[in-house]
Amino acid sequence: MVVIAAAATVALSACGGGDADTVSVFAAASLTDAFDDIADAFEEEHPGVLVDRNFAGSSSLREQILQGAPADVFASANRSTMDDLVAADAVGSPEDFATNRMAIAVPAGNSAEVRDLEDFARSDLLIGLCAVEVPCGEFGRRVLSLASVDAAPDTEEPDVRALLTKIDAGELDAGIVYVTDVVAAGDGIEEITIPDLQNVVTSYPIAVVGAPDSDTAAFVDFVRGSRGQAILRDHGFGAP
Amino acid sequence: MSARRTRRPGGNAASGARLPVVLWPFAAVALLFVVVPVLALVQRAPWSDLTSLVTEPIVTDALRLSIVSASVATLVSLVVGVPLAWVLARATFTGRSFVRALVILPMVLPPVVGGAALLFAFGRRGLVGEAVYDQTGFVLPFSIWGVIAANTFVAMPFLVVTVESGLRSVDARYEEAAATLGASRWMIFRRITLPNVAPAIVAGAALCWARALGEFGATVTFAGNLQGRTQTMPLAVFLALESNREAAIALSLVLIVVSLAVLVPLRDRWLR
Repeated sequence: MVVIAAAATVALSACGGGDADTVSVFAAASLTDAFDDIADAFEEEHPGVLVDRNFAGSSSLREQILQGAPADVFASANRSTMDDLVAADAVGSPEDFATNRMAIAVPAGNSAEVRDLEDFARSDLLIGLCAVEVPCGEFGRRVLSLASVDAAPDTEEPDVRALLTKIDAGELDAGIVYVTDVVAAGDGIEEITIPDLQNVVTSYPIAVVGAPDSDTAAFVDFVRGSRGQAILRDHGFGAP
Repeated sequence: MSARRTRRPGGNAASGARLPVVLWPFAAVALLFVVVPVLALVQRAPWSDLTSLVTEPIVTDALRLSIVSASVATLVSLVVGVPLAWVLARATFTGRSFVRALVILPMVLPPVVGGAALLFAFGRRGLVGEAVYDQTGFVLPFSIWGVIAANTFVAMPFLVVTVESGLRSVDARYEEAAATLGASRWMIFRRITLPNVAPAIVAGAALCWARALGEFGATVTFAGNLQGRTQTMPLAVFLALESNREAAIALSLVLIVVSLAVLVPLRDRWLR
């Protein structure tokens, strides 16, 4: 009886409180696995609070937020996308919470014998990059230019997952993705490390969308706190 | 779709006055639901920059690729899809209902999944593609042939289903009469069946073409995205949306205008 009454109270307060007990998190696609774990851990530490998750390309999320989508927190894969929202007064002041680097991804077995970025100029290989419009494409090109490699990609994928699918299937010989994507990809994909001198370090900023409430602020603190950071490290992200 | 169309005198669709009045508001809701989003798009269009936006190479490349690949996909669908529709409508064999369900599978499958399935079948490590690649070095993805394959996979069912139901609504007794008069099977198909079902073929081809023109998911998953090689209009729109919303809207308008220019005359002439 007590349990039923308690459940009814929770249900009622959930209705009456609007979105007070739900934190709606919009996060870059590359954060999918890490933020799923973080959200689960947060829910565990904050009983009664639910974390709604919406993962997509950072720029798609920016558009959704600008069109008034009900986001409480936005975590972006690059600073420029976040800066657009700051300029539009849509978010509070952003703080970096993680970093990522780029890596060469090849299909397991690496039958094309890709060794380094120089191989991206080989015309006998099928090479994929992300499209220049999305962050992973922008960083991929920057990495290639740091290595002074003139690559001729066979495809420019609209997001990093699409690129990984084709590498995993063995349809592409190599592509440039985030280190964290290789960690998440599993057995079908091997990583070839890009040396620090040729690599770029990308920062992930997080910000509160609109007026903050206590749950929202708690979530951002959780991501930047020790438990959130440990989860991010597990998924291959670097410290901010 | 009923097996036989009955025509009552005066029951012509053109005489709108005789329609039950109660249908009008429902029809208006349906029409508005389609028209309002298009108007919203038009209202957001960057009219002042429109000409410069739509004459950029990225747009003209994508438009050319879209029209060519959608048209070739429609041709391929006609060549193999009409015979398939004929088999499904006229032949009797065990498992026919299962085959009919298989044919419409690409309509219900998320296109991205369809694209992945194509990759696993016809990619260079695929079920069929690997042997072809080993023998000839030919790779279907990342080329216009890959775009055409993805378009055909997704769009052909629209042709097959339309033509099949067209065939079912044609009186089979004409074919039987021709047979008793000694016409060969091929002659019957060519001189009786095809002309009778021509409106359905045109309607199906138009649907197929329109669907292929808008194809995104299977194309990007199977054929990839590269300007001038595999980047069709929907892919260009999607990427423009990431960086330049006005350009994306301009591109969408071009797509709408081109499809209307093709579909409106067809609709008037054939789809009565």
